[in-house]
This record gives sequence, structure tokens and C-alpha cells, in this order.
Amino acid sequence: MANSENKQVINAGIVGWGAYIPMYRLPTREIARVWGWPEHQYKALNVSHKSVDGPDEDSTTMGYEAAYNALLRSGIDPKMIGAVFFGSESKVYAVKPSATLIAEMIGATPDTMASDLEFACRAGSEGLKASLGLVSSGMVKYALAIGSDTSQAEPGDVLEFTASSGAAAFIVGPRSESAAIVEDTYTYVTDTPDFWRRAEKPYPRHGEGFTGEPAYFTHIIGAVKGLFEKTGLRPEDFDYAIFHQPNGKFPLKVAQRLGFPKEKVLPGLVTPYIGNTYNASALLGLARVLDQAKPGQRILLAPFGSGAGSDAYSIVVTDLVEERQDKAPKVDDYLARSYEIDYALYAKFRRIYVMLPRG
Amino acid sequence: MVLPVWWRKRIPRYRFVGALCKDCGRIHYPPRNACPYCGSRNLELVPLPRRGVLESYSIVYSVPGDNRLNAPLPIGLIRLENGVRVVAELTDVVPEKLENGIEVEAVIRRIGEDGETGTILYGVKFRPALGRK
Repeated sequence: MANSENKQVINAGIVGWGAYIPMYRLPTREIARVWGWPEHQYKALNVSHKSVDGPDEDSTTMGYEAAYNALLRSGIDPKMIGAVFFGSESKVYAVKPSATLIAEMIGATPDTMASDLEFACRAGSEGLKASLGLVSSGMVKYALAIGSDTSQAEPGDVLEFTASSGAAAFIVGPRSESAAIVEDTYTYVTDTPDFWRRAEKPYPRHGEGFTGEPAYFTHIIGAVKGLFEKTGLRPEDFDYAIFHQPNGKFPLKVAQRLGFPKEKVLPGLVTPYIGNTYNASALLGLARVLDQAKPGQRILLAPFGSGAGSDAYSIVVTDLVEERQDKAPKVDDYLARSYEIDYALYAKFRRIYVMLPRG
Repeated sequence: MVLPVWWRKRIPRYRFVGALCKDCGRIHYPPRNACPYCGSRNLELVPLPRRGVLESYSIVYSVPGDNRLNAPLPIGLIRLENGVRVVAELTDVVPEKLENGIEVEAVIRRIGEDGETGTILYGVKFRPALGRK
């Protein structure tokens, strides 16, 4: 495999992490009831419920709360953040950055970079990797990477079973202050038409047979194998493996193909309870693993985005992790805060009733 | 056009900052140009505690058009941990389970829009606190 990425010491890591999941849950059986899907169609997805944003929530408010939690864990002054990256495919404005909104809300403005990134479900991960580069090079001391989505799915489309809402955020900072250091990364991208949304269209489309083998599996396996080749690491060197989670079965399948046992995947697998939070999907898995990880443990993280690409990270937990775990709500606190709704309330919250004016 | 007004008030609304009157010592939210208790303009912006107790509430069922998606809309009187009282919308509540005395915390939510093509307005609401007893 040709290697475009230099082997180098990354002088950066995760100083603080935070999550957010809205409290509303729509059971997948309720979606099947409304649209008449047969049971086998949705049970195979291994997703019991999906999280739904409330009527006053959006990718900005959710990204803000995840960032606020990451700040609490880091203990740093937000004025020290030199870059804010916001990865989403459900930005509230077509033109106007969400990154500046969140930077202003947390108190990082005005002396900071702020950028919105787009790469389907992988933009948040690109923000994380760019943050590692900026901090490691010494250009900024801290950077904030956020993945947040109120994922879109056309009513009645099979995507509706899983498209859900949530956010995760990470403060990247110096290695010496990190709760988890990033040992190495590897990125694998190609032009693949598995999933897209045209400009000014409300819902994405997907290339049916393209979504699995040529997209999800090829890119995640390409990135992880690239990381293995670059570092010499093997599945047995890792305590946890976290993959992008478009449903509850793909992460287990890709783990098996790469040689990871199920037990290493389950702690970071949140999709069966809340669905696919798109840009927060694998990153919420990382947040949940950091919530419970012990010093010295090694984590494989491999987010994926359609279009298509995957980043593989090798992350090692440090002695600082335990003192930060209880400084903010954990992923499990948000998972426990749930209130089941029916399709009618979901349609209201998601503004699917066309007779209602937006706003 | 709400743009200039909202922009000027964004910091207190985004960061839940109140105003401390340096003459009478009382704090109010949202900050005004003069202290609502003594009229002094000798004010200083101070961050407010994000947790408090719900002292009273009312639920609006007939919600005007551009906020109707939030119906039923609970409005709460909250006593913050420093004793300051604020009136704010409540969110993430099931109306029939609302009760006085519950612990609540400040969050940032959408609180309006300047029409369908205008800017989105964000500000503080309160929800039942995570991990409350």
C-alpha cells in the first residue's frame, strides 16, 4: 500500500471530550407501523430506537452542549482555543458558519479560527484530524472539533429507521495534558457514489448496493489496514474498536473482517439504542469509551463518511483520564434520559407536517 | 427587523450572563441598561450559576404562530443557586410530570427566528437537571 502519510510523533491528544443526545426516542417498530415495513426489514438493522431532536434543538445547540461538556472535562480557558471545527451535514444555515456561533457561545471568540466542514458523516473526524495537526505543529495550543447532526431521511425511506440526532466534541491539546494521546492516523478516500444530497434538496439519496461493500467496508478496511501497516499494530494490541455506526450490524461485521472480537466493539456501539447520529456516530462511541477507559488502554477509532472516506486512529489512554470522567455528563447519562414518542410527535418535531410554517 | 437588537444581546443570552448592580448589590437577568431595583447604571456583567430550583411555572397551550411547534410551552420561575430569580422557558419537560421544587439547569436552545429567511435566535432555557435527585 502506498503511504502518503509520514510516520511522525503526534504531539497532541484529547484533553477533554463531551457528548450530547436529545431525550426523545422513536421506536423503529413505530416507523414500520406507519409505513407498513415488514418486521425483517428493520429488525436486521439492530436498532431499537432512534434519538429525535426536540422542536427547539438543532445541530448548533447540540454541538454547543457537547462542546461545553468537553470544556468542563478539559478545565481550560476557552480563550485559549485557537481553532473551532464544526462537522455536520445538517447545518442550520446554508451560508453562515455554525463554528462561529458555537465559538461565541463557549467564549472562544474573537482570537480563533472557526470553520464548518462537510464530508457526509466524516466531517467531524476531519476536524479532529486537522485539530491534531494544528496543535502538533504548534500553530495553536488547543483546538475544538465537533461532530453534530440532526440527520435527514425522507419519510418512508429505509434511512428513516436510523437517521437520528446527537453530537460529540473533543478539545485537542498538548500531549502532556491529554487524557488520551493519538499515536497515529491513516486516511483512505475515493470518489464513491454511495450517499449524497443535492444542493437545496431536503433529503439525501443513497446508491442502494453502493452503501455497503464498495463504500463502508472498503474504506474502513482500507484505513484500518493502512494504519496497521504504518504502525505495525494488530487487532490484539487494541482494547476497544470503534467504527462508524450507520446501523447496529455493519460495525460488528467490519470488526469481524478485521479480526476484532465483538467484546471490543460493544462498549463503543451506541447506534442500537439511538440510531445513526451521522457526524457524531463513531465519535459518540469514542466519548462512551473514554467515559469508562483505564490508563494504558489502546483504542482503534475509524469513522466513515459517504462520498467516501475513512480515518483510522490509534489512541492510547493516559493517567489523566480517570480524573476527567466525572467532570461532565457521560454518554450513558444521556442514553438513560429518554422519553418515547410516536410518529405523530416525531413528524411535528421534524417539521414533516407541511401545513405548518417553519419557525 | 430584530437583527441589531439580538446581536447586541447575544453574549448574555449565549453565556447566561447577568448584571450586578454595584450600588445596591442585586443581580438581574437579562441585563438591562439600568438596575431594575434602584435605577443605577453602575452595572457589571457577571456569569450566573447554571443550576437552580423551579419555584413556579405556567403552561401556555395556545401558542402564537411562529412558536407553535413548541406547544405546550412551559414558562418557569427559577431560583438560581445564588438566590437570583429568573423567568425562562422550560424545555425537555413532559407537562404532566412538571412539579415545583425540581432541580433545573440552563441550556442553549432556539428561541426564535426572524422569519423563514432571517437569522435564527438562540438563548437560555431551563430543563430538568441531568442526574438530579
